[in-house]
Amino acid sequence: MARIESEVGTRGSAFMKWVDDRFPFTETMKYHITEYYASKNFNWWYIFGVLAMVVLVIQLLTGIFLTMNYKPAAVDAFASVEYIMRDVEWGWLIRYMHSTGASFFFIVVYLHMFRAMLYGSYQKPRELIWLIGMLIFFVLMAEGFAGYLLPWGQMSYWGAQVIISLFGAIPFVGEALVEWIRGDYAISDITLNRFFAFHVILLPLILIALVFLHIVALHHVGSNNPDGVDIKKNKGPDGVPLDGVAFHPYHTTKDLVGIIVFLMIFSSVVFFAPDMGGYFLEHANFEPANTMATPEHIAPVWYYTPYYAILRAVPDKFWGFVLFGLSVVLPVFLPWLDRSRVKSIRYRGWMYKSALGIFIVSFVMLGWLGVQPAEGVYVMLARIFSILYFAFFIFMPYYTTIDKTKPVPDRVVYHG
Amino acid sequence: MTDDVDRNRRHFLTVATAVTGGAGLVAVAIPFLASLKPSARAQALGAPVEVPIGSLEPGEMIRVMWRGRLVYVLRRDEEMLSRLPSSNDLLRDPDSEVVEQQPEFAVNEYRSLKPEYLVVEGSCTHLGCAPLAEFEVGPADDWFGGFFCPCHGSRFDLAGRVYKGVPAPTNLRVPPYRYIREDVIMIGAEAGSA
Repeated sequence: MARIESEVGTRGSAFMKWVDDRFPFTETMKYHITEYYASKNFNWWYIFGVLAMVVLVIQLLTGIFLTMNYKPAAVDAFASVEYIMRDVEWGWLIRYMHSTGASFFFIVVYLHMFRAMLYGSYQKPRELIWLIGMLIFFVLMAEGFAGYLLPWGQMSYWGAQVIISLFGAIPFVGEALVEWIRGDYAISDITLNRFFAFHVILLPLILIALVFLHIVALHHVGSNNPDGVDIKKNKGPDGVPLDGVAFHPYHTTKDLVGIIVFLMIFSSVVFFAPDMGGYFLEHANFEPANTMATPEHIAPVWYYTPYYAILRAVPDKFWGFVLFGLSVVLPVFLPWLDRSRVKSIRYRGWMYKSALGIFIVSFVMLGWLGVQPAEGVYVMLARIFSILYFAFFIFMPYYTTIDKTKPVPDRVVYHG
Repeated sequence: MTDDVDRNRRHFLTVATAVTGGAGLVAVAIPFLASLKPSARAQALGAPVEVPIGSLEPGEMIRVMWRGRLVYVLRRDEEMLSRLPSSNDLLRDPDSEVVEQQPEFAVNEYRSLKPEYLVVEGSCTHLGCAPLAEFEVGPADDWFGGFFCPCHGSRFDLAGRVYKGVPAPTNLRVPPYRYIREDVIMIGAEAGSA
């Protein structure tokens, strides 16, 4: 059992000593907060992990309040959302915070993942942090998908129809699997009811557990930094990394500034553009679900469109499903595809820099193409960018091996 | 720990406990997983539906629901029927050889019991969107009228037969149906007696 009574005796009260003898409170606070040392040279890319936590809290809070008025039944769902928007006091604000929060969750998580790619944060010894992070991303995708069915609008219904039908492409068991997921011969009240259970109970529980594991793994190996150097190699006489400062109060106060800026942007969207021109809330979803007619133009919400564009680029049901699935799963393997000796983009050669550039352009272009109609030049463009997207991963072991890297300094470097 | 531990016995007990526990977990998982299947009520709602077709004009189509699925009933006129062979070379399965896509009675050039009336599920075999009715010929020179899926651009002819080079792999599904009177069909009933 850990004994830290002497220290507590000097600072803490008798009450804290009583607690610490029974629960590792002071010890845990030190390990994770006041004596967790992270690099001094973090730049603004390092704000997105904290922001993801902020959005998670926003989603949990607003979500709980939404469930108090929402009805998960096909005949009531659409009307209950309208009721929240019009009749429940401040209901519109809570609902817009939740719908805007969903989009911001993905903005923040995508940038958080891109940060890891910029600075090689997934490389040894942080592979498990990356894997847990990818699981969080998958659960988040499922959570967003389940949540999107709940308003029971046209896009809810037909979007779910398309995505659930995807599993029908699996040979032999496909049709039976689709029926099992829906719990009916078509998307129905039964499907809505179980998606509600997934969205408000099952997936959030898994999400919170994974976020906890993500942070435990991070604090075990320590945070990476924009130079990709190991700050634990250079410690002062007190055992504190020379290039590190404590998470609290140094990083927390700095992060608070980022959080305030984030909340300003977030509130601007909530108040002035909650539908974001049809990207955050699709216009077809302001009509109740009609099982007789598909909307003329059907597209998922923006955060799924890069993968959706890949699905549509393939003129075959089975291979479309395979490549779609692969495009979502491939980033999982980054720690093993990347053979580079250096972590950070600062010390990589032109090959990785170009490859990452092409990847980002492809990802953004695919995202844009996913909301365009699947015809003419759009299909051809989607095929080209799909190939580039896959090429980034497939050829990575090769170009990261031969790429000419620059020497990495021993200590972190400051810019500006 | 003393030396007189019987390691074989301990190993056997560990494995036996794990296997028994595992079997119990699997057994208890079955009711939970099976509860997600279509319930008795959902199955009961899948009963056959009667559709009066007497008032359908030639070239007119109606949409009906069966088992929560959309079904199209189209009355094709002589001219529409005469167009069917024109697209044969452009189709993936012109002779309805994929067995699951229609009852045996619909394996013919019209994919129907009576040539005039087409009964197909209005669910694209790609990802389940409802195809749009585009019965006019053209403007593309390989379009002889049929169904167009707005979601991913799959195309079907006036017998619900799928074109080549589109994401939908198979023809539109023909549900089981039969004529209970000259002007009433029953969708969902087995046996396609005319």
